[in-house]
Amino acid sequence: MSGAHDEHGHHHREPESVLSLRVRALESLLVEKKLVSSEAVDRLVSAYEQDIGPHNGAKVVARAWVDPAYRARLLADGTAAIEELGFGGVDLRVVENTAGLHNLVVCTLCSCYPHALIGLPPVWYKSFEYRSRAVREPRVVLREFGLDLPETTEIRIWDSSAELRYLVLPERPAGTERLSEAELAALVTRDAMIGVAAVKPPAVGR
Amino acid sequence: MNGIHDMGGMHGFGRVEREENEPVFHAPWEGRVLGITRACGVQGIFNIDESRHAIERMAPVDYLDSSYYERWLDRNVRLLVEKGVITREELARRVAQLAGGTDPAPPHSDPRLLDRMLRVTRERTPYRRPGPPPKFALGDRVLTRHDVPVGHTRLPRYARGKPGVIVRVHGTFIFPDTNAHGQGEQPHALYSVRFDAAALWGESAEPHAPVHIDLWERYLLPAAPQRST
Repeated sequence: MSGAHDEHGHHHREPESVLSLRVRALESLLVEKKLVSSEAVDRLVSAYEQDIGPHNGAKVVARAWVDPAYRARLLADGTAAIEELGFGGVDLRVVENTAGLHNLVVCTLCSCYPHALIGLPPVWYKSFEYRSRAVREPRVVLREFGLDLPETTEIRIWDSSAELRYLVLPERPAGTERLSEAELAALVTRDAMIGVAAVKPPAVGR
Repeated sequence: MNGIHDMGGMHGFGRVEREENEPVFHAPWEGRVLGITRACGVQGIFNIDESRHAIERMAPVDYLDSSYYERWLDRNVRLLVEKGVITREELARRVAQLAGGTDPAPPHSDPRLLDRMLRVTRERTPYRRPGPPPKFALGDRVLTRHDVPVGHTRLPRYARGKPGVIVRVHGTFIFPDTNAHGQGEQPHALYSVRFDAAALWGESAEPHAPVHIDLWERYLLPAAPQRST
């Protein structure tokens, strides 16, 4: 194994953690057995750190906002519609927020998440707190995220239990009629595509 | 199984804590664990259902005491040992060798493996399979089974024995309950089933908060037909 990742620029060398050492040992064994290449792991890590993230899903959302025919295709068959934009790796169902209807995605059994479109999940999505509570008290959880929905708004919770992933199509904020598709995409956040936030209009003064 | 992983609806966990500007990985070893897992997956050393079930088989105390990628590491070691790819003694020896400053593994380059690992992020891994036609249709009322299976299942405990409605017929998918246990893929119909909050949580349910779960046909029974008089 290359060892290129061993130090990661720590100049003040702290003793390596037991965990880190154990992982290095596992990788070394599997490299020896020709089941893992350290270069392949390096490349996958950098793909997740640099290329695969919420900016991908944001492009899908912005396209749906500006192109009603695309929006219809996306809601009917998310898998095919994201492939039109060059994204894949997931069997996808897109659920749309509208006035009076809000969608929220969770995986109570593990941490299923649409990686290909929004990257690896944040720690809170994988937390026991979110997994246990999102299905039972979604309004309380959403208020903790700063989203206070009226009692009359229906909250549809999607517990991702199969090899299908869910993405929320958030509502387009008011006052964004003149924005370009790229400017719209810049407004769309990871949290909005999971359903724990609304997309905010651009800051005043642009 | 009645596992600790099956957390939907549990009480006792507190606020959802968020981290501002969270990094993709909190330590380099987390990314290595992800890469090792992906390498094992694309080479068919273990499948996704075996992989999930291996985490479910952690001792509950350890599960709760571990971070996400610690659970992944535990899973990888557990499955690689069970499948005879490595032994725990071999791993302990390698830890000692590395701690002593020697890595006896010669570098290994495998461009094809790299390509397969990266491709998974762009191309769908097929979990759909041809299978028998669905028995239920959109709008059908169903009741989930309330068996307590000893093995892997994707019917969460909070939704056992509950009435629901089919809101989408997804197609036929590999059945995790058998695929996790070397009993074959046994593909059959998968549905999106809607449960009213009151059916799941009773009087403590929040208003207008239905939960949708993707459930295989074998988890479902037809609801008792309405008697028309």
